[in-house]
Amino acid sequence: MTQSPQTTPISPEPPPRRSWAGRSRLQSAQEFVVPPLIFVCALITVLTTVGIVFVLGLETVRFFRVAGIGLFEFLGGATLNPKADPPRYGILPLLWGTFVIAFGSSLIALPIGLLSAIFLSEYAPRGLRAVLKPALELLAGIPTIVYGYLALLLVTPVLKAVLEPAIRVEFYNALSACIVVGVMIIPMVSSLSEDVLSAVPRGLREAAYGLGATKFEVATRVVLPAGLSGVLASFLLAISRAVGETMAVLLAAGVKPQIVLNPLRSVETMTAYIVNVMKGEAAVGSAEHLSLYAVGMALFAITLAMNIVSGIILKHFREEYE
Amino acid sequence: MSLDQQPIVSRNPSPAAPPAPGADAVLVARDLSVWYGSTQALRGVSIAIPRNRITALIGPSGCGKSTLLRCFNRMNDLIPGFRMEGQLGFDGDPVAGPEVDPVTLRRRVGMVFQKPNPFPKTVYHNVAWGARINGYTGDLDELVERSLRRAALWDEVKDKLNRSGLDLSGGQQQRLCIARTLAVEPEVILMDEPCSALDPISTARVEDLMEDLKAEYTIVIVTHNMQQARRVSDMTACLMLDEARGNGHRPGVLAEFSPTDVLFTTPKDPRTEAYITGRIG
Repeated sequence: MTQSPQTTPISPEPPPRRSWAGRSRLQSAQEFVVPPLIFVCALITVLTTVGIVFVLGLETVRFFRVAGIGLFEFLGGATLNPKADPPRYGILPLLWGTFVIAFGSSLIALPIGLLSAIFLSEYAPRGLRAVLKPALELLAGIPTIVYGYLALLLVTPVLKAVLEPAIRVEFYNALSACIVVGVMIIPMVSSLSEDVLSAVPRGLREAAYGLGATKFEVATRVVLPAGLSGVLASFLLAISRAVGETMAVLLAAGVKPQIVLNPLRSVETMTAYIVNVMKGEAAVGSAEHLSLYAVGMALFAITLAMNIVSGIILKHFREEYE
Repeated sequence: MSLDQQPIVSRNPSPAAPPAPGADAVLVARDLSVWYGSTQALRGVSIAIPRNRITALIGPSGCGKSTLLRCFNRMNDLIPGFRMEGQLGFDGDPVAGPEVDPVTLRRRVGMVFQKPNPFPKTVYHNVAWGARINGYTGDLDELVERSLRRAALWDEVKDKLNRSGLDLSGGQQQRLCIARTLAVEPEVILMDEPCSALDPISTARVEDLMEDLKAEYTIVIVTHNMQQARRVSDMTACLMLDEARGNGHRPGVLAEFSPTDVLFTTPKDPRTEAYITGRIG
């Protein structure tokens, strides 16, 4: 290698001292100004959450006072009909509707999502994975209202064409909502699970192959167990997304609060009820109007609990192979 | 195709010594060349690893020691872009080729890795795992105890069999990985720098263990530590970087393969001499 011309030739003089300007005033100020600034930003999100919970709680209490019912009647009531005389505010039909949609869409999304995650992380060649993963994530970018009218204009007509006249399919039905919500949350499961499975150290895979394991054994008996808690957390996040889903469910499953086992009939979820009341004619301050806060509070409690549980599971996962 | 009965004829310009007299060859490579994509990692390596001996692979970084080791159990198949030419034999059977099932091969040619990599499972299940997937029908408890004893780990973990393998110290984890390998009853154990992540005391224990295991197993160890090669091995292969070719990349070649005491006292190849005396590498 030839010496570059920049290199100082060896000379009796000491090399020139480099100059150090030190930090500017602005740079020093960063140390004092930035922390409070970002603390305020963090505070805003916390305060927002606190504010929402506070308002929800306040209005929920007001609802119970105005409607003149107790907590037990609300949580245990099997009839929801604000227009009846006397009005009935049982939340069970809404819980049932929400449960049906969450359960049904999970039946679709969890297996498909997990299997595609395993395929992407263990089986797919690198090139295919580079195409497939973003494509799958594209599903998550489709507005939920689009899923809603897909259910109405595509899924339900197909269900009718296949099942009728043997089995009657209502125009608004839980099954088509389950199908579209299931498809909608597949990327949550597949993408998060794939991240978790890919993060399982290569050394563990090599160890298993070195013992004479097949690809399937490596995937199912080393990689999946090592990433299991992360996979479970992705399940819970997907389910809580299904619980909170509004527009697609409102369009597909309708607004009929009833406890029915037949998935081809209409149900109403908590979210759909909230929308329905808000666009309805209930006077502000009336029991019917206030009931949406109580339902919202219940919904908040459910999704919060699920997020906390998935957070605990994820934390457990992080400690597993470190 | 029978490989082990025939004399090894090296087309390699550098001399590769025949295996030690009286020992038959278990693993044989003949004129082996390996590429990762367009980069050649090994060129024309011919070597015959003798049975029930410890063979050390030494040489400077990037000379293809690990690549050679991982050819013997087809571990390189997992690396995208891997390609090889030449012949590889294990106990007279071919190692490479579409007709060979790498899964069966890997059970018979076990491997211990550079970084201890126990499964995130209990000590017991770490050892039992390989036996289970390979359909072991005997007494698993007995197998686990025997393997852990064989790996000189039983006394330290017999009360912790239900604790995670990751709770053990680094040296214990590496012996757990050795026990796990022993549990599937391989014939050969390939060790890829098994002590590079361990402290000197743990290293000494693993080295003692290798000495014990040699009666039943053939061991091939890659090491950066020439003192270790000298301490533990019967035969030593010294790999070197070849002269630069057109694209400037230098593949690894086998410079010399001799009994360890010969290689370290009277090396025949000037490059080996330069390496073991610390002038290159």
